[in-house]
Amino acid sequence: MSAVLLEAKTVAKHFGGVKALRDVSLSIRHGEIYGLIGPNGAGKTTFFNCMTGLYVPDGGGFVFDGAPLMADAPDQAAARGIARTFQNIRLFGNMTALENVMVGRHVRTKAGVLGAMFQNAATKTEEAAIRQRAIDLLHYVRIEERADDLARNLSYGDQRRLEIARALATDPKLLCLDEPAAGMNATETEQLRDLIDGIRRDGTTILLIEHDVKLVMGLCDRVAVLDYGALVIEDAPAVVQKDQRVIEAYLGA
Amino acid sequence: MKNSRFFRSTVGIGLMAGALIALPFVAALGGQAWVRILDFAILYVFLALGLNIVVGLAGLLDLGYIAFYAVGAYTWALLASPHFGLHWPIWAILPIGAGLACFAGVLLGSPTLKLRGDYLAIVTLGFGEIVRIFLNNLNAPINVTNGPQGITLIDPVSFGAFKFSGVTQILGVSVSGPQKYYFLLIALAMLVIVINLRLQNSRIGRAWQAIREDEVAAKAIGINTRNLKLLAFAMGASFGGIAGGIFSAMQGFVSPESFSLIESIMILAMVVLGGMGHIPGVILGAVLLTVLPEVLRYGVGPLQMALFGKMLVDPESLRMLVFGLALVLVMRFKPAGLWPSPERQRELAEAKQ
Repeated sequence: MSAVLLEAKTVAKHFGGVKALRDVSLSIRHGEIYGLIGPNGAGKTTFFNCMTGLYVPDGGGFVFDGAPLMADAPDQAAARGIARTFQNIRLFGNMTALENVMVGRHVRTKAGVLGAMFQNAATKTEEAAIRQRAIDLLHYVRIEERADDLARNLSYGDQRRLEIARALATDPKLLCLDEPAAGMNATETEQLRDLIDGIRRDGTTILLIEHDVKLVMGLCDRVAVLDYGALVIEDAPAVVQKDQRVIEAYLGA
Repeated sequence: MKNSRFFRSTVGIGLMAGALIALPFVAALGGQAWVRILDFAILYVFLALGLNIVVGLAGLLDLGYIAFYAVGAYTWALLASPHFGLHWPIWAILPIGAGLACFAGVLLGSPTLKLRGDYLAIVTLGFGEIVRIFLNNLNAPINVTNGPQGITLIDPVSFGAFKFSGVTQILGVSVSGPQKYYFLLIALAMLVIVINLRLQNSRIGRAWQAIREDEVAAKAIGINTRNLKLLAFAMGASFGGIAGGIFSAMQGFVSPESFSLIESIMILAMVVLGGMGHIPGVILGAVLLTVLPEVLRYGVGPLQMALFGKMLVDPESLRMLVFGLALVLVMRFKPAGLWPSPERQRELAEAKQ
């Protein structure tokens, strides 16, 4: 619980005149669950998108695992060990649940076109390993019995789980979850909480964007609050909860 | 139990192989023209499966696919005809044709990486036309393609002394040129079917499908969408190039007229009508769309004579009319194609409930 895994340095992003992120600096440590909260439109998802390379920041940058992250290269970010889920679930709807997770192994495997055509021993071995790993991950998130169903036909909660399994398939060092509990009922949220906790115990650092304050406060080691694109505070949940500025941000001054 | 299944599938394959071997000889009973139609049906299967990689797997709507076919066809025509006095062997020309078509594919792919759907369709459509117009006008100042007159007297496919044109006696059976091409094309089609199947269930194939389904999510899990899209274009184009070479050799003549927009649309229609991304469906689509117009061509005239005693509608225009109507009806009642993949079928059934 010491070394910094991800450091954001004065990250700025604006869309036209709207300043979505104003010089946000924060650091996520190895092995922690880090919560990122804030009212709607505070810039949480924009921060995610900058970090995972979907947006190019207008200022500042990220250092991940000791080296700077390239902007505008999402596949590089994933290769370096950052995986994410999306606020509005983005699965590959017409592929089966198992295939979705198998795609996640893409970045950690290397069979090419020639391998696929000639089905040499290395390709077959790799393919079998991909399949086995995907099955294991479906077990891990407990949707193994839906393996052969199309992703689009899964229930909402299962889709969330599948998205997490797909992200885990990339062997991430940092797993970023964008509002994973949105739209879930109390039981589902409870199960999700256990899942996230388990993932952390298995050694993956987690960055969590969430609206469910109870979930965040119960789960996270540290919490950062964004408001109007600026970092308000970054501290332990107990401290954040009592902070006057946070209360103002949420309730309106 | 397992043995009987093995036995049954062996018998099934045996029967199918028998039917495929007998087909050109049965068709020859109706004249060699029907064997040629068969040849084209299989050539289009080949083309449609090439396009299926781009459209069906990677989800990139390509309306200029015929351009790669043209590149392959002209490569063969220029390297194996009296036009330049070159007569290179097949093992040299076919790879060169495929390579040039592949290059053309990357050339088309690279500026269109950020385009999707309709916009990609417009650019690829333009590309197809550009290639055709180039072929039409490259007869001056240096005569490269012989312009609209096209190139004639193109060498047939040959392996050593064995030529694919003309009649040969094989084991006491006389086999005509189109029949020989039929077997060559069947072999090539088998090859492209195997490649398609293997790609579909591979790491690369899954990545293509992921791009088709959701490009942003595909990027986020580490798929290099740029390289994989280019790869899809390049692979599809290479198959187009090979098909073009065989077409050129089979016809003995090429002109820019064979590579018009309607051809691109026909091949795309085969993929969509049959069932996008589903290999048996694409094969069915290709065979139907090649054979059906010909059946109408030969059937409509005599039918009118028999029914009304005179020609009411010109068979040529009626043929296209019936054909168009058939396409509309299929898309109305079988929107996923005539033979969609089981997953797509299930999904449509669920949507109806």
